[in-house]
Amino acid sequence: MAKSSSQSLLDRFNNSANALGLVFMLPAAAILLVFLTYPLGLGLWLGLTDTKIGRPGVFIGLENYRSLFNDSVFWLSVFNTIGYTAVASVFKFVLGLILALLLNQNIALKSFMRAIILLPWIVPTTLSAIAFWWMYDSQFSIISWVLVKAGLIDHYIDFLGDRWNARISVVVANIWRGIPFVAISLLAGLQTISPSLYEAATIDGATPWQRFRFITYPLLTPIIAIVMTFSVLFTFTDFQLIYVITRGGPVNATHLMATLSFQRAIPGGQLAEGAAIAMAMVPFLIAAILISFFGLQRRAWQQGSKD
Amino acid sequence: MASVSIEQAQKSFGRTQVIRGVSISIDDGEFCVLVGPSGCGKSTLLRMIAGLEEISGGQIRIGGDVVNDMPPKLRDIAMVFQNYALYPHMTVRDNMAFSLELAKRDRQFIEERVSKAADILGLNDLLQRYPRQLSGGQRQRVAMGRAIVRDPRVFLFDEPLSNLDANLRVQMRTEIKELHQRLKTTSIYVTHDQIEAMTMADKIVVMRDGVVEQIGAPLEIYDNPANQFVAGFIGSPSMNFLPGILRRQSGVAQVEFGEGVTLPVPRAATGEDGQKVIYGTRPEHIDLVDGSDGVPAEVVVVEPTGADTEVFSKIAGIEVTAVFQQRHEFKPGLVIRLRPDANRAFLFDAASGKRLLA
Amino acid sequence: MSKKPVVQSVEEKVYSEGGMDFLLTRQRKFVTVYLPLAVFTFILLFPFYWMTITTFKSNDDIYNYEKNSPFWVFNPTLHNIKKLLFETSYPDWLWNTFLVSVVATAISLFASVLAAYAIERLRFKGSRWIGLSIYGAYLVPPSILFIPLATMVYKLGLFDSRWALILTYPTFLIPFCTWLLMGYFKSIPFELEECALIDGATRVQILWKIVLPLAVPGLISAGIFAFTLSWNEFIYALTFISSSENKTVPVGVLTELVDGDVYHWGSLMAGALFGSLPVALLYSFFVEYYVAGMTGAVKE
Repeated sequence: MAKSSSQSLLDRFNNSANALGLVFMLPAAAILLVFLTYPLGLGLWLGLTDTKIGRPGVFIGLENYRSLFNDSVFWLSVFNTIGYTAVASVFKFVLGLILALLLNQNIALKSFMRAIILLPWIVPTTLSAIAFWWMYDSQFSIISWVLVKAGLIDHYIDFLGDRWNARISVVVANIWRGIPFVAISLLAGLQTISPSLYEAATIDGATPWQRFRFITYPLLTPIIAIVMTFSVLFTFTDFQLIYVITRGGPVNATHLMATLSFQRAIPGGQLAEGAAIAMAMVPFLIAAILISFFGLQRRAWQQGSKD
Repeated sequence: MASVSIEQAQKSFGRTQVIRGVSISIDDGEFCVLVGPSGCGKSTLLRMIAGLEEISGGQIRIGGDVVNDMPPKLRDIAMVFQNYALYPHMTVRDNMAFSLELAKRDRQFIEERVSKAADILGLNDLLQRYPRQLSGGQRQRVAMGRAIVRDPRVFLFDEPLSNLDANLRVQMRTEIKELHQRLKTTSIYVTHDQIEAMTMADKIVVMRDGVVEQIGAPLEIYDNPANQFVAGFIGSPSMNFLPGILRRQSGVAQVEFGEGVTLPVPRAATGEDGQKVIYGTRPEHIDLVDGSDGVPAEVVVVEPTGADTEVFSKIAGIEVTAVFQQRHEFKPGLVIRLRPDANRAFLFDAASGKRLLA
Repeated sequence: MSKKPVVQSVEEKVYSEGGMDFLLTRQRKFVTVYLPLAVFTFILLFPFYWMTITTFKSNDDIYNYEKNSPFWVFNPTLHNIKKLLFETSYPDWLWNTFLVSVVATAISLFASVLAAYAIERLRFKGSRWIGLSIYGAYLVPPSILFIPLATMVYKLGLFDSRWALILTYPTFLIPFCTWLLMGYFKSIPFELEECALIDGATRVQILWKIVLPLAVPGLISAGIFAFTLSWNEFIYALTFISSSENKTVPVGVLTELVDGDVYHWGSLMAGALFGSLPVALLYSFFVEYYVAGMTGAVKE
């Protein structure tokens, strides 16, 4: 008969949740600590030095932040980032929700539709941004050509040369790329709502709008909160679209904090200043996460739906 | 095969104690059923025997060995889970062979054991199927087959029939009992269904709130419940409880229920004059009588089940169920006369629920 | 009155397609559903159409909308593709992207499976806290990490090498994959593991023989997602790589195909198209896994 003393050391180890847990966590923890946690701290430190490419810096306290405070281009990028995020997120949410509701109808080729609609999100952003860049070309823009042919405008639109045109153009490209993510995620949420709720509401005399307002929306709130938190986060830290389409131009009109940080640090060589700009995004990010997450989360909780 | 003995076993999750000093001794080859309402700790106790939960206090012995710190695989037990826990990605054969393969037994030995178990359970045609291709009853059999191939010292069953529909449950109940009569392996079986407990057990352990209420053979518990809880839990439909006041005056011992209704005190019951008591009588021990015999009861609902007739009525405003083998068609509101069998009725203390017995 | 408990067998709920659909007339449904859907689809897909036909157009057609309608290719040519494949380092970029994506994905999957199992199933001390910090790590965007990472990469002597990307991509892949796999592991009944424990399996055997085979859909989801995220990565590749032959497709197309102010739109579009095709193809085979991965990561 087996006795507990015959248990080998390996057996003990294999069945000890703490020891085994530690070993299992090791690879992931090592990579994340070295290449994520450490650089996060290093970035904070760099922002407090005067490091340049090829020259190690010394601690200069908040000097970088002080000079950024008086830097109109930095404030322009903050303004742009907030505006870009706010406008794009609102449109992505509204259009994404509409698309999700459409896809949730009983339609032909449903899964095929769902598949092709995700394409903008799957394809490398840089590459689809290049396509937008081409569509926004000042001389050969297909959009301008169609509008002129239709008689709606009489000369080609200068999409990327004018400050506000450029801003609108990059926001449109961002919305285009973000809609599928919002739509498909919300669709997944919609599909968890039991049709019998709609049937009951219809029998109770609810109009389609009332069904949306009193059933769909409240039950969808938790997932909306999470989807929009992600959407806001990704939009706020966006880099690729701007870098490809405008590189921050014309005259810094479309610089986001991320692109300005890159601009100053890598081509400009001012690593410390770039790091400071990047770190300046953190409070905004935390605020955005807290607002969108807890704000909507609490409402979901008040309405009694379980996460 | 082995005996199992549980001595003052305790279990707490954080500050809540779920098993509060339980002692049970199960003989070699015995079929022991742990029964009780949900949350009584019966499953936790079973998992402690299996080694899936740490034992916070006391001792558990299997075949004389203290197993408190022994990992499950060394305890030489097999367990059948409520949801069967069949490995979905393995065939029936692989499911049954898994433990033997882990133990690195040779191929021929494994094949022999698996085919023997398959013979016993009639699974021969299903060996190459996957669990999702099986019906509920077949899955149940595979789960048992998996336990049998190991030829363990103890079988543990955790509500194995509760996912089956009513007909299948009755059938599998019989099969498990037959299997036990054939293999004679010590078995511990957890259920909340007292009918399963009554029909299958050699020994029933009734639990509530982490303590044992009574241990005994099925009919012993049915005939002699230790307290009101056990009396109400064992038996179906469950026992009627009529709260009243005990009167022992001038040589007459009876229980008063109000509205002038009284019943004679059951045989061998103790208790003092004026004590608040509960009068317990099983539905099957109530007779329908004529004339002035018994007590008046106003019919509420009559439910014929085919085999017998359940009559729900009110005696002195208290709901009472009676089961008759004859068919009756009473209109609601009709007053009939019922007489509980005084020899088979019980008296419990209203405050403690303890049986009042000399 | 006590009744025998009726235990029903668990049945999967199937929602009937259509349902109250008959209440809608066909015309009404066309206007409220199909028409808006068509508009969405057109807008979402047009850039790809435009990318594709520009690739096959001759320069003449690209720049002259009046002669031929711009919406179709009248004189299809492989000139742009030939130029891309034979006159630039495009094949190198493809190979680099592929290699980096595969290795980074493999490393991340390995680390994530172990981490997710430990957090979700071993429930060791502090596992809840670590699970939350992994989620936090997922929220750290690359655009605030690339500067300090660049200095690290330089100090480690990895600058301008594939290793710079292979080692840094897991920083966003591991949190994502771990979180995704935790969801899948959570859905595997505990009893299976307990049963295996009684059957005599060790924790490592349980992971290998029970949990992983059952989490295959999750592994596929995590794998193709990690591959796609690596393939699409831009800012690290732009910052850590300088020589043309070490670049990845997204960076190469943007930085090498534009010389000065002259944009060769034909080959730019060809580069974009061919860089998109591998992920689009992968996607088309695994649509369901993508959707599951995306919604799974969002749901927790």
